[in-house]
Amino acid sequence: MSKQAKVSIKGLYKIFGATPEAMLSAVYDGIGKDDLLEQHGHVLGLQDINVDMAPGETTVIMGLSGSGKSTLIRHLNRLIEPTAGEVLIDGENVLDYDEAQLRRLRQEKMSMVFQKFALLPHRTVLQNAAMARIVRGEEEADAEKAAAKWLDRVGLAGFEDHYPHQLSGGMQQRVGIARALASDSDIMLMDEAFSALDPLIRTDMQDLLLELQEELHKTIVFITHDLDEALKLADHLVILKDGYVVQQGEPQHILLNPNDPYIEDFVSDINRARVLRVRSVMKPINGTTSFEGVVDADDNLEKLIEISGGDTTHAYKVQRDGEDVGVLKMKDLVRALVPAVPSSDENTLR
Amino acid sequence: MATYDGMFEALGLSDWCEKDSSGGPMTMAQLLAQSNGGAEEKTPFWETPFPSLDELNQSCDAIARTRDMTSWVENLFLSVKDGLKLVLDPITQPLSWALDGSLWLFETLPWFVVIPALLLIVWFATRSLALVGGVAVSFLFLAFIDHYTPAIQTLSIIFVCTGFSVALGVPIGILMSRSDTLQRISLPVLDMLQTLPTFVYLIPLIFLFSVTESKLYGVAIILYAIVPVIRLTDLGIRLVDKDVIEAADAFGMTSRQKLFGVQIPLALPNIMAGVNQTIMMSLAMVVIASLVSAPGLGVLVLRGIRNLELGVGLVSGFGIVLLAILLDRVTKASLNRINAAQPR
Repeated sequence: MSKQAKVSIKGLYKIFGATPEAMLSAVYDGIGKDDLLEQHGHVLGLQDINVDMAPGETTVIMGLSGSGKSTLIRHLNRLIEPTAGEVLIDGENVLDYDEAQLRRLRQEKMSMVFQKFALLPHRTVLQNAAMARIVRGEEEADAEKAAAKWLDRVGLAGFEDHYPHQLSGGMQQRVGIARALASDSDIMLMDEAFSALDPLIRTDMQDLLLELQEELHKTIVFITHDLDEALKLADHLVILKDGYVVQQGEPQHILLNPNDPYIEDFVSDINRARVLRVRSVMKPINGTTSFEGVVDADDNLEKLIEISGGDTTHAYKVQRDGEDVGVLKMKDLVRALVPAVPSSDENTLR
Repeated sequence: MATYDGMFEALGLSDWCEKDSSGGPMTMAQLLAQSNGGAEEKTPFWETPFPSLDELNQSCDAIARTRDMTSWVENLFLSVKDGLKLVLDPITQPLSWALDGSLWLFETLPWFVVIPALLLIVWFATRSLALVGGVAVSFLFLAFIDHYTPAIQTLSIIFVCTGFSVALGVPIGILMSRSDTLQRISLPVLDMLQTLPTFVYLIPLIFLFSVTESKLYGVAIILYAIVPVIRLTDLGIRLVDKDVIEAADAFGMTSRQKLFGVQIPLALPNIMAGVNQTIMMSLAMVVIASLVSAPGLGVLVLRGIRNLELGVGLVSGFGIVLLAILLDRVTKASLNRINAAQPR
């Protein structure tokens, strides 16, 4: 790979129970989650997780509840200690850190946004947003100045002196995001950050995050159980099931080439036309000369169907930043809309 | 002779029993038996006495009597007393100074300074005119019926003892909330302090401290009243939202920042509820502590009991009830102010 991974998880295992280390050899030998629980009374939380997260990208870790995704994200800043494995951040193994180094990592390199917001109820919105900076010892006035800037950026100007309980859920999570942004950390951990919000507000927040990411290029680790949300935000998608990685890669790629019945089942429910983008379906320009029009590589297929009026004979020139990058034939588009395996047997996996 | 003679003979212990029959002081029963001419009467089966120490001693002199046992306990206590005193005296001395100082201050300041000062404190704690009015009326009434001095003495002792209880109890509660082991050790001790009848405290304390020293009743009150503030500090800190604590950790707070910036502020409503309970329990104890020379309204109640002065006892009892209501209302009102300032 061309650039060094910002965060790299290597061979990570987490076993919950009385003597996790003793169970490790059995787990290395491939004992299953159910057998481990039945025979040894230990719970296999995570097994052999290997994920590289590129700088400036959003890595979404998706899985249903109990898949270990929240456990995994807490290993990155060691809120949970792993049983075995390595977590490298900028090439340094976080697990070798002593208490002071770990605290500095949490204060300066990583910030976190929580599902239940976890704001300090006795502090104002402004003080909450300034928390990260005050914790690392900055002057209160400077910290609050920076915090006010980020509050303004997430659309909360004028609410500085309110208390968290006076705000709606969506606004509280904006404070949570401002608090994370105000710490100026490279890495943002978002633990089901939008799951507690209602759908409309969730969409707003996703748009806000995309917009912020456009200009800030943070390394974001986002946890969710919602595939639509995952596909919308992810540059790199990791799908977790029962503590292991089922498949990871570029989300469009996963969508078009699911390698596991679990994922096929997952992706069969979503609106493919809305999620798939022209760039994933287009073909190279090989002598095609007649184009019905020009479209952007990042347009989704739904938009193209609308443009073409449903005519499957059309072909469009695909451009990115004004450059021709490929051709999209409507026939290919329709083919892409068919799930890889027709999942008429949807119920077999549930 | 005595009921259990046969048993010792059967066990072949007669020699051992006779061996050191030093013939200590006789019991009344023995004396009576002697004066009756030692007439041997067979005890009817239904009146067989329990084989207690005293009963067995009658048959076997080698076995100690109960009063030997109690005097042994007494001697044990007296022998460790001096050592304990050496440690406890200097530690508790500040309590004596604080109690005496505060009593002196309250009694020296004229009533027309003390009452307005109390009213100001009530106003700043509660911001409630109704409560300030209630306190004013009550104190003027107590002063009018010549109960001002004992009432102010009682109040002064409560202030000092509550102060000490909070100063000691909150740190102990914080330590307990951080260590499960310490919590497991302390909870039975706290349970004991709370369930021991209050009189039982006083007995060893009288021997440890002189009755002329005010720390005697100070220690008794604090031991009794410190329990709720410890318990509720521990509970309050343990009840702080786990998500908020996790956020504090995730942003790299030191445990000090976490304690003073998150845990104590969020536990404050619970801690203040503990302080309220502590105040009420010091009031209960300060009345009983009048038995060991604590001044105040309790002394008048005691006089009422001792001399059967019904009126004195009832009126001072009413004064105590009045104080209890005022203290409870004022602390609850200030607790509500804290809760309102810090909603969840």
